[in-house]
Amino acid sequence: MTEKLKQRNQYKSIKNGVFYGIIGFLAAITLISLIVIVGYILINGLSHINWEFLSQEPRRMGKEGGIFSVIIGTIYITIVAMVIATPVGVAAAIYFNEYAKGGKVVSTIRFFTEILAGIPSIIFGLFGFAFFVVFLGMGWSVLSGGLTLSMMVLPTLVRATEESLKTVPMTYREGSLSLGASKWQTIIKVILPCCKSGILTGLILGIGRAVGETAAVMLTVGGSLKLPNTIFDSTRSMAVHLYMLASEGLSREKTYATAALLILMVLLINTAANFISRRLGN
Amino acid sequence: MQIKETIESLEKKFEVRDLNLFYGSFQALKNIDMDIYENKITALIGPSGCGKSTFLRTLNRMNDLINGVKIEGHITFDGKNIYGKDYDLIALRKKVGMVFQKPNPFPKSIYENIVYGPKIHGEKNRDVLDGIVERTLREVALWEEVKDRLHRPATGLSGGQQQRLCIARCLAVEPEVILMDEPTSALDPVATSKIEELLNTLSDKYTIVIVTHNMQQAGRVSDFTSFFLSGKVIESDKTEKIFSNPANKKTEDYITGRFG
Ligand SMILES: Nc1ncnc2c1ncn2[C@@H]1O[C@H](COP(=O)(O)OP(=O)(O)OP(=O)(O)O)[C@@H](O)[C@H]1O
Ligand SMILES: [Mg+2]
Repeated sequence: MTEKLKQRNQYKSIKNGVFYGIIGFLAAITLISLIVIVGYILINGLSHINWEFLSQEPRRMGKEGGIFSVIIGTIYITIVAMVIATPVGVAAAIYFNEYAKGGKVVSTIRFFTEILAGIPSIIFGLFGFAFFVVFLGMGWSVLSGGLTLSMMVLPTLVRATEESLKTVPMTYREGSLSLGASKWQTIIKVILPCCKSGILTGLILGIGRAVGETAAVMLTVGGSLKLPNTIFDSTRSMAVHLYMLASEGLSREKTYATAALLILMVLLINTAANFISRRLGN
Repeated sequence: MQIKETIESLEKKFEVRDLNLFYGSFQALKNIDMDIYENKITALIGPSGCGKSTFLRTLNRMNDLINGVKIEGHITFDGKNIYGKDYDLIALRKKVGMVFQKPNPFPKSIYENIVYGPKIHGEKNRDVLDGIVERTLREVALWEEVKDRLHRPATGLSGGQQQRLCIARCLAVEPEVILMDEPTSALDPVATSKIEELLNTLSDKYTIVIVTHNMQQAGRVSDFTSFFLSGKVIESDKTEKIFSNPANKKTEDYITGRFG
């Protein structure tokens, strides 16, 4: 009897060990490929990032000079996109989760939101070009690009916000309402503050998508290398610039430098977000 | 005869008449008639699922939150039907506070929890708010325990402290009635007896309706008791009467522990 038990335990621990090994191996592959990709870019690019590269405007199509206007353009487009998408996304999530619980309308809208999330970005670009750039006459501009990107990041934002709204216990809502708060006050003062870090997560995912987007931005923002003054100016994002440099073989150095900077930027945003969401959590 | 007369001299805070409540097609409350007297403690007792919580929540219209609830009959509060067409729901909930079974402080500081209600109702003056915090925390005998950590998260308090905080939060909007749904069921005996003491002091100023599963508790704290059974009120009377000489056989069976 005890022999059998011992054997079974032994068998179990071997099985555990094997599984542990396989999972560890797969995790290692993920980690290693990440390190190789990021490492390759950084090794090739970091040495070409210097003050001149960061502070000067591109010359001769980016072959020489820096990418100052492109950095500013990237930040500009991303901010405009998020400023448009955040209130709309959060409001939509609140509507879905707090007001229109269940119901045909909601499930229909949600169905289309899911589809929206799966549409290739070039389609968004095409739509943005036809609608914002041409039809509404906004031209190639930060605004056209921001609007297009905001539509692209909306599903992510809505879903992240909705998920975190769902985690807010019903008892908070009841507690607030029982004190004579209106539904709106309850949402603003109790429920949303509980969702800060969830919304922030959605925001970061959105920013990541906006910063990395190439096709849709190219079609709606254009490719001007000049520093944009207003949201009605054309500009160029780092991803677009990178695409141009690489596809036209303008300069290997500048290509890798731009790529490295893009990676650093994404890392920075993620770290900042982590830091902020930890601070909010407390 | 003696008892009847004294009851009739009391002010009625709520008058419930012919109240029926349906969750979809399921009838949870059946023809309820009840009076709730001002500045008295009324206990609602009865076996699980008999409709005590449902009834309690009709008094501040919390059932409005649940989809598919249908209510017939009427409940007057200070003489006005709270299910009337343009009854001000927010004013009702301001006057009729509620304490829940599980302590549910907001994930904010102790201070912010208490001033939440007053702020909602427009109080902005810092000194007034500070005053409310101290007064209500003293009322629930929590002040000495937490005065040095008012700005720390309320979720760091013990269960019993959290429940007293929730009572303080409720008192901060100066209600006239406090509804309590098994407020001590999640607490240990020491915390429970603290809350019971508190109920006694509160009953001078507030009308209290408390749901409890604990017969001793109902006997100790309440002036009136109503016994519920499968959606109906079997018997309502002075607590001494219910516990010493119930009129209905089912009431007697329940309080002596023969079923339920
Ligand atoms: N939201 C709801 N939807 C449908 N039925 C419900 C709902 N809430 C309660 N009920 C039903 O109504 C009846 C009364 O429930 P209620 O919660 O009022 O009982 P209770 O007396 O408070 O019980 P307990 O002592 O267990 O808290 C029960 O049969 C319950 O299943
Ligand atoms: Mg109950």
